[in-house]
Amino acid sequence: MRLVLHQLAAEQRMFWRSREAAIFVFVFPLLLYALLSSVYSDEIDGVPAGSVLLAGLFAYGAANTAFAGLAIILVGRREAGILKRLRATPLPPATYIAAVLLSTLTVFALQAVALLVLGVTLFGASRPANVLGFAGAVVLGVACFAAMGIGAAALIRSAEGSSAVVNVVLLPMAFLSGSFGPTRDFPDYLQAIADVLPLTYFLDLVNGVYLDGDSLLSRPGALGVVAAWGVAGLLVALRRFSWMPRER
Amino acid sequence: MPAAISVHDLRKSYDGVTALRGISFEVAEGEVFGLLGPNGAGKTTTVEILEGFRTRDGGEVLVLGHDPGKAPRALRERIGVVLQHSELVSNLTVRELLRIFAGYYRRRRDVGEVLELAGLADKGDARVRTLSGGQKRRLDLALALVGDPDLLFLDEPTTGFDPSARRTAWETIRSLRSLGTTILLTTHYLDEAQQLADRVAVIDAGRIVRLGTPAELIGASGKTEIRFRRDGAPVVIQTEEPTRVLHELTAEALAAGRELEHLEVLRPTLEDVYLELLAEEAET
Repeated sequence: MRLVLHQLAAEQRMFWRSREAAIFVFVFPLLLYALLSSVYSDEIDGVPAGSVLLAGLFAYGAANTAFAGLAIILVGRREAGILKRLRATPLPPATYIAAVLLSTLTVFALQAVALLVLGVTLFGASRPANVLGFAGAVVLGVACFAAMGIGAAALIRSAEGSSAVVNVVLLPMAFLSGSFGPTRDFPDYLQAIADVLPLTYFLDLVNGVYLDGDSLLSRPGALGVVAAWGVAGLLVALRRFSWMPRER
Repeated sequence: MPAAISVHDLRKSYDGVTALRGISFEVAEGEVFGLLGPNGAGKTTTVEILEGFRTRDGGEVLVLGHDPGKAPRALRERIGVVLQHSELVSNLTVRELLRIFAGYYRRRRDVGEVLELAGLADKGDARVRTLSGGQKRRLDLALALVGDPDLLFLDEPTTGFDPSARRTAWETIRSLRSLGTTILLTTHYLDEAQQLADRVAVIDAGRIVRLGTPAELIGASGKTEIRFRRDGAPVVIQTEEPTRVLHELTAEALAAGRELEHLEVLRPTLEDVYLELLAEEAET
């Protein structure tokens, strides 16, 4: 436990010290929220746009922080030999992963709070209808997308391409799932793609706890799909993740 | 004295390509042992098996009494590793990074002492990214020392150093030796092996072709070189009987009333022995 906290402190220091990561992971979703909320200023389906977009950018933020951000960090560290070097120290791998996950959770929890403050003060967004459920969604989002992020890191070969690869996955997924605005006018085939994406279901759960005051458990189908994607990511990670850089 | 490392008949192949064909050696506690060989000879493979990074296909290996293939934490508490290629988290300061690593070990060296040992005493507050290549390499060494290891692995520790940086690194390695640290180092620099190692294993194409102290390796090659100038032209004689040849040369010169100008009698260096060994290997 002491080692987990030691490494968590180290991870937080590294994260906030690296401006590129802090801006891409932490500031970018807040910026998108502010931009989109300025464009859609009225109501979307009878709900204030500021609230609808807050739920959308919260869901996108979870995937951006835990899936994209974590995959890029891990691939970068693996290819730089940093993970390999850590394996030669007494730091247990499970402790390291636990600290990295807690660090990701810390970053996203702060981002969720920042989104709420921004939304409530400037864009007429409501407070979470179910606060506990909203907090649960923070943890669920990080767990599911971090598992997918580690899985993606296991499949990505080089540090140079990792940022492009994860964003080619993430940005269309966010667009199709409705994170950036309503999708009901999208053609059927795009909606069909959206129907298998984890972010679509995660957003559904977030809408439930944030707008409707539901519990996370009140939509078991959506919860099941999100969990299944998380488990799939975890299985890929367990089978393929390597601490060693690829040779040449 | 108990062996810090013992390796018996170690074998390893990658995708059908044999990297190690059964190598055996022991490293005593407190010894500096050099693995010397050309690129691709199997040095790094050997070291990475001992460090626990790679599995072996056959043979027995014990490092400080542990099987490194199981990479037990008790072993990782006691070893320090400098990899051939590795980068460092660049936006932290040198001292911050050392403190993070120090936290991983139960027994640890004082960070200030480590900075001193690695020759980075005035760089503690510098961001890692502002360090020069040589300073980063010294930080690599510092990170390996912060857990006060009993055994240190150095994989080509001075590759890419300028001559003065190499001398500094050699001094550091010597002072670690005098503190009792066992050191396994790989190098393709012969002078480095000759300067630092108590014993050297010459490794080529996955086999140890010679093992001994640098003096023994040189002694094993019988040839002595006698050089002088005759009428301004250089003369080089290689002989296994330097006493007789030298006696004849000097007698002749004395009788003729001449001087053997620029007379030198040279023992072979490790480099000569090494090149000779590799040439023999290439023939067989």
